Amino acid sequence: MRMMDLPYDLPDVHGHFGPYGGVFVAETLIQALDELRAQYARYRNDPAFRAEFERELKHYVGRPSPVYHAERWSRELGGAQIWLKREDLNHTGAHKINNVIGQALLAKRLGKPRVIAETGAGQHGVATATIAARYGMECVVYMGSEDVKRQAQNVFRMNLLGAKVVPVESGSKTLKDALNEAMRDWVTNVENTFYIIGTVAGPHPYPMMVRDFQRVIGDECVVQMPEYAGRQPDAVIACVGGGSNAMGIFFPYIPHRDVRLIGVEAGGDGIATGRHSASLTAGRPGVLHGNRTYLLQDGNGQIVETHSVSAGLDYPGVGPEHAWLKDSGRAEYVSIDDAEALAAFHDCCRIEGIIPALESAHALAYAKKLASTMGRDRILLVNLSGRGDKDMNTVAERSGLKFYCRPECNPEFPGRNA
Amino acid sequence: MNRIDATFARLKTQGRTALIPYVTTGDPSLAATRPIMDALARAGADVIELGVPFSDPMADGPVIQRASERALVQGVTLASVLDVVAEFRRADATTPVVLMGYANPIEAMGIDAFADRAREAGVDGVLVVDYPPEEAADFAAAMTGRGLAPIFLLSPTTPESRVESVARLARGYVYYVSLKGVTGAGHLDPAEVGRKLAEIRRHVALPVGVGFGIRDAVSAQAVAAHADAVVIGSRIIQEIEAGPAADAASRAGAWLGTIRHALDAMPGKPAR
Repeated sequence: MRMMDLPYDLPDVHGHFGPYGGVFVAETLIQALDELRAQYARYRNDPAFRAEFERELKHYVGRPSPVYHAERWSRELGGAQIWLKREDLNHTGAHKINNVIGQALLAKRLGKPRVIAETGAGQHGVATATIAARYGMECVVYMGSEDVKRQAQNVFRMNLLGAKVVPVESGSKTLKDALNEAMRDWVTNVENTFYIIGTVAGPHPYPMMVRDFQRVIGDECVVQMPEYAGRQPDAVIACVGGGSNAMGIFFPYIPHRDVRLIGVEAGGDGIATGRHSASLTAGRPGVLHGNRTYLLQDGNGQIVETHSVSAGLDYPGVGPEHAWLKDSGRAEYVSIDDAEALAAFHDCCRIEGIIPALESAHALAYAKKLASTMGRDRILLVNLSGRGDKDMNTVAERSGLKFYCRPECNPEFPGRNA
Repeated sequence: MNRIDATFARLKTQGRTALIPYVTTGDPSLAATRPIMDALARAGADVIELGVPFSDPMADGPVIQRASERALVQGVTLASVLDVVAEFRRADATTPVVLMGYANPIEAMGIDAFADRAREAGVDGVLVVDYPPEEAADFAAAMTGRGLAPIFLLSPTTPESRVESVARLARGYVYYVSLKGVTGAGHLDPAEVGRKLAEIRRHVALPVGVGFGIRDAVSAQAVAAHADAVVIGSRIIQEIEAGPAADAASRAGAWLGTIRHALDAMPGKPAR
């Protein structure tokens, strides 16, 4: 019997997905994780907890998010039909909020008045600041000082929402260093603090818990696709940094053996240049941030700096369940470079009237490639995990465009100084 | 008997507390580490903990993070750490050396290859911060199979039931982290340390070292009243970074000497 013929019930009690996952943290954090695991086990299937979670998703986030047939784009590509799962329409503009609500509800039940988070692009930080405001919790967000510069608008949003943003100056000053710093805060303030991790990585139970809170994306699709598209898709495509939006849409499709699951990593300047963030494509297994998984590291086991046009994919690791899905063959992982992602970003803007997040644009770019190789009766479902408002400056810079608040601010605007 | 066990056995008959300084290998430079080790040994270090620099030292405070970054900039690797130990070992056959670091550089070398090379270099024990006992079975077997001591942490939040599982795998000594937080934090409570150590000793026959938050003679003495060993890291690194690299060894040695003096001024401990 092949491994994947067995019912899928990972992780095991120790948080292992095959050789991946686990709890690789200093002893000082073990008790906090044990408590979290016990409490999560208690509330995971608690009807009152589930009901509150679902109520929040419906009335505060605006779920279910629609699946949308990108008809014009599909027609232009002349191949498979592309459907978009519109996580960009969620409150705060991305899938991140699903998980934050779940963990914040848990924090409330654990009596922790203070929440902390790490953030790269700022989407998870904004989601956490949002929910902390809604529940009246103190909120501290750690963000690499490089990212603070790149994502100034999200820093402002977090401040508006009452959160304190702490720029992290250590290491490469990006997401991984923010995660290190949040862990240090947690270990120091564990009595009153809940650490809301934003992706399906970190020590057990985080990869499982975040997946459980994000699986609503896929659960909705499993119902919506037969209703609106007439059947389940041939492939589900999602971008993968840490991998939470991908895990959320993949997970309910794991038993659907005819549905290909395709994770798209950030190829940056191209895999061959070494300047990318494609851990599954080009990394090796190792231990970082509390779990064993594929990592971008040098020959001496030091974690290397990563690169991507999208800050949200700029991470040297990946959730351990993705590592397992790769090794087991249930999911495929590919990469899309910065230029391809930007091209798909512009296509989506101009052809569908949707400005996608640069992260999601990686999934769109792969769908674009794949669609043109397939017949018109095929269906691709792409997780449009977030909207691109946060990326205006990056896109303007990278596309050689200028970004003005009003056309007349442009010195080249016809009629100016006329 | 390996060097760690021999050292603690000797100290026990003398009624003395072990003094264990920690320095990060390659800080301020790779060439400086060996003289620093010599100076620490001369100043009365009973065991030397050598940090293996890692890009993501999640459990360390800012002082050790900085030391790690200074070392990494110079290209210090696990292999170069082992070279430093081998060099030290040629001149000093008795002072135990314990490596302290994170799992990934060791896994990148391969656990068995690392264990072979560590034994060859003259390493005596290894503490991997992010290997709790649940994830450390292979590692501990590779260590003990070669006569090396796998050293584990215990913390104020470690429940008594877990102390037993640590005791099963641990050799050499166990390292009690005296406070919540990262290395170099403040707020040491000696009475609480004493209470927790009594609990630990119900399950662990090994010597118990205490570290995190020991900054001066007073806190060292307060901890020594309960512990078999006093571990000091961040404070020594602050001495190292406080002046020119050329004098780092003498500054570190002079400072550690004051702690040695304070510990030796305490009345001898009765054998437990």
